Order: sequence, then C-alpha cells, then structure tokens
Amino acid sequence: MEDLSLHILDIAENSIAAGAHNISIVVNEDAAHDLLTIEITDDGKGMSAEVLRSAADPFYTTRTTREIGFGLALLKDAAEMASGGMEIQSTPNLGTKVRATFQLSHIDRKPLGDMVETITALLCSSVEVHVLYVHARDGNKVVFDTREIRDELGSISLNSVKAISVIRGYLNQEEDTLAH
Amino acid sequence: MGKIAIEDLAKIQEAARYKIALRQGAGRVRINVHMGTCGIAAGARGILTAVMKEIEARNLHDVIITNSGCAGLCSQEPMMTIEVLGEPAPVKYVLLTPEKITKIIDMHVLKGQVVKECALALGSERTR
Ligand SMILES: Nc1ncnc2c1ncn2[C@@H]1O[C@H](COP(=O)(O)OP(=O)(O)O)[C@@H](O)[C@H]1O
Ligand SMILES: [Mg+2]
Repeated sequence: MEDLSLHILDIAENSIAAGAHNISIVVNEDAAHDLLTIEITDDGKGMSAEVLRSAADPFYTTRTTREIGFGLALLKDAAEMASGGMEIQSTPNLGTKVRATFQLSHIDRKPLGDMVETITALLCSSVEVHVLYVHARDGNKVVFDTREIRDELGSISLNSVKAISVIRGYLNQEEDTLAH
Repeated sequence: MGKIAIEDLAKIQEAARYKIALRQGAGRVRINVHMGTCGIAAGARGILTAVMKEIEARNLHDVIITNSGCAGLCSQEPMMTIEVLGEPAPVKYVLLTPEKITKIIDMHVLKGQVVKECALALGSERTR
C-alpha cells in the first residue's frame, strides 16, 4: 500500500465484511508528541480469541485458511517500520477496534494520503454503513458524521454519485482547514 | 462538524430521490468495484473515483455504483463488474486504468457494447 489512507480503507472494508453498521475512523497527528495515531472502530461481529490471535500474526496467517488474509499484517508492518505498532481489541458480537501508531517524523512513515477518497469510497460500499470520521492535527479538527447528514435528510441514502460528489467537495474544503 | 450548506443538503436530497427511484427499479446499470486488499493495493480506490466522476460528468442517473470485497483474482486487480439490465450476464473488467474506465463507460454503459479486450469472462459473477 502506498499510503496510510489506503490501509485505512482496507481495514474499514474488514469492518464492513464483519457486518458493521457503524464505523469510526479517527486520525490524530500530534507533532508535539511526534505521534500519528489511527483508530478504526466498528460494531461488527468481532473476533473469537483464536481469530484474534492469528489475525495479528502474518506468519500464522499465510499458512492457514483463506479466512485469514494479510490486510492487518500489512498495517502492522507499516506501523512497525515507523517505530510504532498495531493492536487489536475485539469482542465477539460487539465489535473490533484496530489501533495503529507511528512516529510522525519517522523517515519510513508512509504519508497519510487522501482521506477524502477513502471516506467517499466507504460511502458507496454495497451495504450502507454510518461513518464517523475525525481528523485532528495539532489542535485543529475535522469531524464528519454521516448520521448528522442523515438526521437532516431523513432516512435517505447517501450513496449516489451526486451526493458523494457534494460530500467530496465539502470534505476537501474541511481538510484544507487543517493544512500546515 | 462544520455545517454542510443548506444548498448542498438540497443537492444531496435531490440526488437521493433519483436513488430511491433507482432502487425501486433496481437501476439499469450496476457497477461494482472490487475493494479487497489486493484491489486496493493495485489502485481500486482511484478506479472507483474515476467511475464516479465519469458517471457524474455524463449526468447518468440510472447507474448504481458500489464497491465490495475481494473477487479472488489478485493478479487481475483492479477489477470491476458491470451488470446491465437485459444483458445475459455480468461482465468483469480486469487490470483497469482510468483510461480504460472512460472507454468502458462510453462503449458498454452508454452503447451496450462490451469492451472485449478489457473483459475477463462472461457470466462469472453476479452482484445481486
Ligand atoms: N473488523 C473486523 N471484525 C471482525 N473480524 C475481523 C475484522 N478485521 C479482521 N477480521 C478477521 O481477521 C481476518 C484477517 O483480516 P485481514 O488481515 O484484513 O485479511 P482478510 O480481510 O483478507 O481476511 C479476517 O479474515 C477476519 O476473520
Ligand atoms: Mg482485510
């Protein structure tokens, strides 16, 4: 994966595959602590202790069933390359939280990439999910919550080319307010 | 969250009305971009965006765009499946680039002609 926003999309696709209705994505760039934190939380089916153990382990992963793949291993690798790490908390029937940390200034830290493309891609997944997206950078913050838009619009779908185009424009503007 | 402007909400609402009409009629065309790990690594997100932009630019209201998981053909990613109402089978397009997207939308979605050189095989998958 070229950048972290692609990893985030991949991890959020796991949430959708796990039947999540709500996904929250929190990205925090904290220069004062030289830390980048990414948290993806869902209310999907969660993982049993056994899946959880293997999901975090790329070696066990590749040698067992197709049930286990390598998206999580790739994120873990990206975090460790930048002096960080990845942890997964998961409870069957309740949901999963994947947290990855990176040394912000590390030379091998992948760039964040285009978070707006990642969020809009999630909005047109084949099953509808609520997405909460928070992107904080040194005290400034973008918050995007599909629930808020839906509350204003009633129970209609956000997945249409026009709606997503409007949201893309809005998010790009919001992200610009974070620029250094 | 900063306010999305009222006129933006109105635009979304209008778009959604089309969408509901589409859902009821199931849409004339369905485009599904595969978004598994291999697909994402090979550029599927950019392909999805390119599809959305092409459909928007052509002002097509009878196309549903979705993404879904791995199609199990990692070496052929990025991939998408197009289903057109009334056609015998969905068509899977492989090794996509934004240029191929423009051509496929012009030929297949607008004119009903399968772009054979970009297609994998007929009838190997259904998305609904
Ligand atoms: N959010 C999640 N909720 C439930 N199970 C998950 C979640 N993320 C990952 N898993 C489990 O961990 C496995 C490995 O995930 P991953 O490394 O992304 O590979 P893949 O998605 O290709 O299987 C998944 O197959 C699934 O069983
Ligand atoms: Mg995965």
